[in-house]
Amino acid sequence: MIMPASGEQQIMVAVNAVSKAYRRGNQPIPVLEGISFQIARGEFLALMGPSGSGKSTLLNLIAGIDTVDSGSIVIDGVDIATLDESELARWRASNVGFIFQFYNLIPVLNAFENVELPLLLTTLSRRERRQHVEAALDVVSLSDRREHYPSQLSGGQQQRVAIARAIVTDPAILVADEPTGDLDRVSAGEILELMGRLNAEQGKTIIMVTHDPRAAEKAHIIRQLDKGLLNDVPA
Amino acid sequence: MFLLKLLFRNAFRHRVRTLLTILGITVAILAFGLLQTVVSAWYAGVNASSSTRLVTRNAVSLVFSLPIAYQERIRRIEGVSSVSYANWFGGVYITEKNFFPNFAVDAKSYLDLYPEFVLPPDEKRAFQLDRKGCVIGKKLAERFGWKRGDSIPLKGTIFPGNWEFVVRGIYSGVDTSTDESQFFFHWDYLNETLRKTIARRADQTGVYIIGLKNPQAASEVSLAVDATFKNSLAETLTETEKAFQLSFVSMTEAIVVAIRIVSFVVIIIIMVVVANTMAMTARERIGEYAIFKAMGFQAHHIAGMVFGESLFITAAGGGIGILLTFPVARTFGEVMGNFFPVFQVDRSTLYMDLVFCLIVGIIAGIFPTWRAIRIKVADGLRRIG
Repeated sequence: MIMPASGEQQIMVAVNAVSKAYRRGNQPIPVLEGISFQIARGEFLALMGPSGSGKSTLLNLIAGIDTVDSGSIVIDGVDIATLDESELARWRASNVGFIFQFYNLIPVLNAFENVELPLLLTTLSRRERRQHVEAALDVVSLSDRREHYPSQLSGGQQQRVAIARAIVTDPAILVADEPTGDLDRVSAGEILELMGRLNAEQGKTIIMVTHDPRAAEKAHIIRQLDKGLLNDVPA
Repeated sequence: MFLLKLLFRNAFRHRVRTLLTILGITVAILAFGLLQTVVSAWYAGVNASSSTRLVTRNAVSLVFSLPIAYQERIRRIEGVSSVSYANWFGGVYITEKNFFPNFAVDAKSYLDLYPEFVLPPDEKRAFQLDRKGCVIGKKLAERFGWKRGDSIPLKGTIFPGNWEFVVRGIYSGVDTSTDESQFFFHWDYLNETLRKTIARRADQTGVYIIGLKNPQAASEVSLAVDATFKNSLAETLTETEKAFQLSFVSMTEAIVVAIRIVSFVVIIIIMVVVANTMAMTARERIGEYAIFKAMGFQAHHIAGMVFGESLFITAAGGGIGILLTFPVARTFGEVMGNFFPVFQVDRSTLYMDLVFCLIVGIIAGIFPTWRAIRIKVADGLRRIG
């Protein structure tokens, strides 16, 4: 099992004095103020906090889909704040897997095709892509639903397809924004179980934003964000 | 291949909306094609004109005739290979509704100057030997069910009286652009009758048709012909056959311009319709585009999806519209054959159809694409849920 970050473990994510504010008209609304922390490779971190505390913003910054106002975010040795939009897109494609609250599958594509999407940005052949997709669907136990469209799947199954899509390129980091927020208790349990397995067996570094204390319990470390500031909570 | 599949499925995500848009484009392209074909039909005579022929008419107006004695003097001018003449007869078959162009021509020389009218030699000989004989176009024969040997009565309008003709030949066009609805008879028959009835109008003709030895010398020959008859009682105006035909079209140019404007307005309207469809599509899918971007897809991928869909919809509608243009134009041509003896879809119309489809597809995709690629991933994701 991968253990929580310690001094000897390799740092996967280093967030250094990051600040971020949004503007409402001319008024800057600070969301994050001088946040610094590190996440070790293979860590499973839960970010908690009340609505508007900045946890989704922090997740977006780490995932490279938003940019910092000041500070830096170094992921696996790459300072992503220095990358331009095109470089950032390429970096995301090979390093980050996304799991969203509302699954965000493409409705006109079946499960297999949805999982295949990120592989279109690689140089893999069609046969290699098929092998990767089949392996990913196997991990989430949905090989028998590969031809099903999102509308033909339950919420839990859709989220598993989304997880397969997130891991199909074998990224180092998985970012999950309220992955169980739209699911019933049983399905939520299955998804958390799956994420735990991905962390334990495949060594994925997982950063999960959640409101749900039961979901956070699956993480090794829980960090609480409140009014843009970060506090440690023992897992 | 995958992106094409995605593009196709996206296009039919809102089937009714997409099908209605495709239908709109189909109707627009069809309307544009037909209107352009009407314009082409208007210019059919101009397009079919030959560079080896000149037309000489009275310099004052086409309404005034020229003395028949000019023929020999024109023939002697350097650069002239042959001369014939023709007179607009304006006869009516039973009622005015049965309009078709009919001319009194010099039977010996006229058809030799028009190789586009293909007539078997025996029929040509039969026509030349029978002073009351006439030669008619294939379409005209089909229209009234006339055959060789049939007697055709025409009621004179410019030249009063009832005139009887016998069909001695039926010509066909050398290609589809040749007018097959004309009626030619002997100028001699007309002239002999006029000598007896209205003598002052005898020995006159409407126009001379001049065959050129060298088409490059058209300008010099024209000047020479007109110089020959300068300061005479009937001064001449000689021009190329094309210029002569254009002078007829210019009389109705306002109508042609109006038709052209309407055809382009149709395209602009459909451009707005497609742009609206694509704008709605992009607005609905902003969240999806954000997901694509989050996964690493870049601006050119997103632009490809939006433009691809826009072009696919316009290509589908345009393709159907182009295919339908042919049967609809054929039917239209049959119904309006009296007014448009040559009504066929030009290649240039098809090229314009294709170019406009492409332009509509591209312009309609510009704003939605700009919007889709501009969206920040985090902002786009916030819109989902």
